[in-house]
Amino acid sequence: MNTSIFTHSKLNLVLLLLALVAPFVLYPVFLMKVLCFALFACAFNLLLGFAGLLSFGHAVFLGTGGYVTGYLMINTGITPELGILAGTVAAGLIGALYGKLAVRREGIYFAMVTLALAQLAFFFYLQAPFTGGEDGLQGVPRGHLFGVIDLSDNLQMYFFVLAIFLFGFWLIQRTVHSPFGQVLKAIRENEPRAISLGYNVNDYKWVAFIISAALAGLAGSTKTLVFQLASLTDVHWHMSGEVVLMTLVGGMGTLFGPLVGAAAIVTIQNYLSGGELGNYIHIIMGAIFVICVLAFRNGIVGQFRKVLKQNF
Amino acid sequence: MATFLGINLFGLFGQLLVGLINGSFYALLSLGLAIIFGLLKIINFAQGAMYMLGAFAAWMALNYLGINYWLALIVVPLAVGAVGILMERLLIRPIAKEDHLYSLLLTFGIALMLQGTFTHVFGSSGMAYAIPEALQGGFKLPFMYLPAYRAWIVVASILVCGVTWWMIEKTRLGAYLRAGTENAQLMQAFGINVPLMVTLTFGFGVGLAGFAGVMAAPVYSVSPDMGSNLLIIVFAIVVIGGMGSIGGAILTGLGMGVVEGLTKYFYPEASSTVIFLVMVIVLLLKPAGLFGKEA
Repeated sequence: MNTSIFTHSKLNLVLLLLALVAPFVLYPVFLMKVLCFALFACAFNLLLGFAGLLSFGHAVFLGTGGYVTGYLMINTGITPELGILAGTVAAGLIGALYGKLAVRREGIYFAMVTLALAQLAFFFYLQAPFTGGEDGLQGVPRGHLFGVIDLSDNLQMYFFVLAIFLFGFWLIQRTVHSPFGQVLKAIRENEPRAISLGYNVNDYKWVAFIISAALAGLAGSTKTLVFQLASLTDVHWHMSGEVVLMTLVGGMGTLFGPLVGAAAIVTIQNYLSGGELGNYIHIIMGAIFVICVLAFRNGIVGQFRKVLKQNF
Repeated sequence: MATFLGINLFGLFGQLLVGLINGSFYALLSLGLAIIFGLLKIINFAQGAMYMLGAFAAWMALNYLGINYWLALIVVPLAVGAVGILMERLLIRPIAKEDHLYSLLLTFGIALMLQGTFTHVFGSSGMAYAIPEALQGGFKLPFMYLPAYRAWIVVASILVCGVTWWMIEKTRLGAYLRAGTENAQLMQAFGINVPLMVTLTFGFGVGLAGFAGVMAAPVYSVSPDMGSNLLIIVFAIVVIGGMGSIGGAILTGLGMGVVEGLTKYFYPEASSTVIFLVMVIVLLLKPAGLFGKEA
């Protein structure tokens, strides 16, 4: 891996310091939104960037995490960390089921299967009695962390979200650099060779899918607590497209790419939705897609790394 | 009321007809996808947007230019096909050698832009398109009432699908096409202009979606998101049928429409999900699809 400059502990430390100071400068809810989507994109990128699997239905895991956490927080008196855990586990279970089916097909088919499976879940959540249908679950309480820390305070909530994000990011980093991650990369680069080496390729893909789904669920659960809302938007296939866009913009296959991409897209959306350009949001998103694919395939981080490599 | 074994025949045949009509559109769209996929190994995510474009083009042709339905049925697919050709030449060609996932993302971006543009210009509520005079009214059959336009949809799309199947499977042009999908370089060596063939095939596949759009305009409301939701169903159908065969795309498309119609009659709650459930079952039993070849 040529990530020397990016996995450098000094850079990590600088970023961590920035993240700790950020809520005192910027609006914490915006930062939490960025962190949630960044975790979602990182989870998605674990599949695309490191196993070469383009899942076009990742919204279902985000949404599942959100619905389960939201439902439990409203209807039972459990603490937020347990609510999030439940959402994560639920997303992981759906991921295990969907992954088992999806890894039977490759490449473009894999994308189509995940998309169709996600649509199946979308219709389920649309009709199911516990999701609130079109209205979604509103007024989800944030609760008290470990029964002690009041999360209705935005600043305390922010540090909780940051901790969750760092945990997820660390887990992905560990996965990618583990022997398991190396096998994933081998599968991405040359699947027939990995098979001939005796690896059960589908099992590796499946496990990667489950980890990715569970982390996407973690992002969804956290997002539901932040916005106190779980809705169909999170399960809609537009959301699946959005996470692809975030990863593409940031740079797929890089650890920090999805983080940068999520920050960029959330910022653009926040900026657009406030102003006159709000009506053009889909056109602009589509245009970013086209431009990225045609001229900018490495994404921001990939491009940045390339420039660094050439000049230093 | 006509009943048989306690089944309301009017209702059943009504849903079957609706299923066949939906199936006609599924067949046209998945056929277009299959043709494009066959030669370019590209999943055209913009196929749904092209279908929407076809419907809007018919609507605009009528309201702005006074072009009637019958003329639109010829002109619009050509125009949509031309848009497809431009798309292939300008945007897809430059990345044809990259990982195919990029072309999927590219066409997805194009679909978003088209859908966004039409939503911005026309709003998201649908617009009506009148059924052409010659096809108004219907036939009274002993077991159901058959509206003429709906009968026409089924007949016309089966005809178009059939002719396309015949062209690809039985003619010399089709043989070139099939050979091109097997080994493009060899075909080039034989003096066949493969890049031109690719462009025209893409145009034809997209034109089929445009044709489906014109056909759909009088039955569904013409709206910007009419294509996007349909496309995901068509993807599921493609997975069920398997991409290997042209005939498979047509048969699966029609068949899944009927399955959906039957579900709507017997268990309406599952009608929006039944195709995806069928996909899951097929994936479990036959991962390459019903008509697909094992890789």
